[in-house]
Amino acid sequence: MQAPTKSILRIEDMWAGYDGEAVLEDIQFEMFTGDYVGIIGPNGGGKTTLIKVILGLLPVMRGSVSVLGQSPVQARDRLGYVPQVSRTDRDFPISVWDVVRMGREKAGFFGVRSLSAQDKQAIERALGQADVLDLAKRSFNELSGGQRQRVLIARALATNPEILVLDEPTANVDGQSTARLYDLLAELNQSLSILLVSHDLMAISTHVKTIACVNRKMVYHNEKVLTQEMMDLGYECPVELLAHGVPHRVLAHHDHDHLSSNISHKQENNQDV
Amino acid sequence: MFNTLAEIFSYEFMQNALLAGVLVSLVSGIIGTLVVLNRMVGISGGIAHAAYGGVGIASYFGFDPVLGAVLFSLLSSVTMGVAHRKLRERSDTMIGVMWAVGMATGIIFVSLTPGYRANLMSYLFGSILAVSKEDIWWMAGIALATVLFVALFYRQLLAISFDEEFATVRNLPVTVLSVLLLIMTGLTVVVAMRVVGLIMVIALLTIPSAIASMFFKEMRVIMLVAVGLGVVFISAGLVISFLSNLPAAAVIILLAGLVYFLAFVIKRILLKTKI
Repeated sequence: MQAPTKSILRIEDMWAGYDGEAVLEDIQFEMFTGDYVGIIGPNGGGKTTLIKVILGLLPVMRGSVSVLGQSPVQARDRLGYVPQVSRTDRDFPISVWDVVRMGREKAGFFGVRSLSAQDKQAIERALGQADVLDLAKRSFNELSGGQRQRVLIARALATNPEILVLDEPTANVDGQSTARLYDLLAELNQSLSILLVSHDLMAISTHVKTIACVNRKMVYHNEKVLTQEMMDLGYECPVELLAHGVPHRVLAHHDHDHLSSNISHKQENNQDV
Repeated sequence: MFNTLAEIFSYEFMQNALLAGVLVSLVSGIIGTLVVLNRMVGISGGIAHAAYGGVGIASYFGFDPVLGAVLFSLLSSVTMGVAHRKLRERSDTMIGVMWAVGMATGIIFVSLTPGYRANLMSYLFGSILAVSKEDIWWMAGIALATVLFVALFYRQLLAISFDEEFATVRNLPVTVLSVLLLIMTGLTVVVAMRVVGLIMVIALLTIPSAIASMFFKEMRVIMLVAVGLGVVFISAGLVISFLSNLPAAAVIILLAGLVYFLAFVIKRILLKTKI
């Protein structure tokens, strides 16, 4: 069990969606400094919507969200956002250095501001942390998926964030690069709180400290991931499980035979329970 | 050769045309690069055609058609931009509708306009050879505004074009700059209208920056190369059109299209030999 310290993200009775239609219902969630939360759930289950709410990109329909004691819009520049690689334009003409430099652009007008020594240092440090310093002069669009993902992490780090928020960091990334990414995140977690969203339960299960499941509703107990069984359940978010209401223990009252067919296509690791 | 060129450009209308060509290249090379990177080609096509509504209405009521085009293209660019942001994929349809409605409005008002109307066709197909000193002045004004816009906001524009969500999270002025970009696109359309006509505006906006982005990997370099290519296409097109007595706008666009396909093939070959 992890000793919670300071609350950095608090979501209460939150509903959110698009065009008046809720994608997320009655979400309760809290995160503390030093946490490394993996949010899993099926595609279309509302993971990206949740991220948009936290980043202040989507107003909630009901309930409240507090990020670092402020509203999401007020707090968003203190978050390091790492979008999915596939959301960026594959052919966009830009160098790695210029991508990471975006993390130092300031609010307000006039892009003529030249790079201060401090900015330069922050960019170089971020590039180094994400292990892409040697790629700085390369063109972003000639990198592999894993390399581009690390560049986007470097861009988020250049903002000196208090929480790192990642959307599907391993989509379009091959197996070996995925392992490398998680090593990097584990290292960053020593000084940063991390919130990570993925549809890929098996890939994140061994890396995160705690796991939450989103599929319209959310199940989260601020607990360390313990068993394969719990992850299987979490991935599927079966309706009857959610019907118990929150909070409850995902693992305690369920056997998992009815789910086994769904996990066969999942990742190769962790099958050896 | 030089004698011929000297002779061609000894005419005042050719000098004006060349000057207009340089200004148009400046504007459309810079804004066109942003239009291509922000996937606004459809919108700018819509703006161009909707602007004809302004030409028609202005000429019917006896105003300067250019003024009508400016007002209509600003109006339609902001409307289409808002529609694009709100409706996303479905904005396609709306852009298509405004495209056609603007055109139809223009045609109706032009047909209602009494008297000599032939010069109104020039807004559709371009009239670079009829550019006046006065035209040069407002073109220069818009060119200056374009250069200032991009010089001042280059970093922010780059960030927004690359990843709007991240730019929003960083609290960059995404909405303001997006609207400004739409306004600049509208003005670019009007400047380019004078040279190649509303129907071929898209070509002038997209082809130079498309060619430049095949070979260069930095936005500002692409902008500069696109401007250069625009100058080459327009001045070479002018010369060819003068010598062959063919319509300048069509020659310019054909030339640009030809170079585009050549560049495409060269790029392919370069990629193959690399591997």
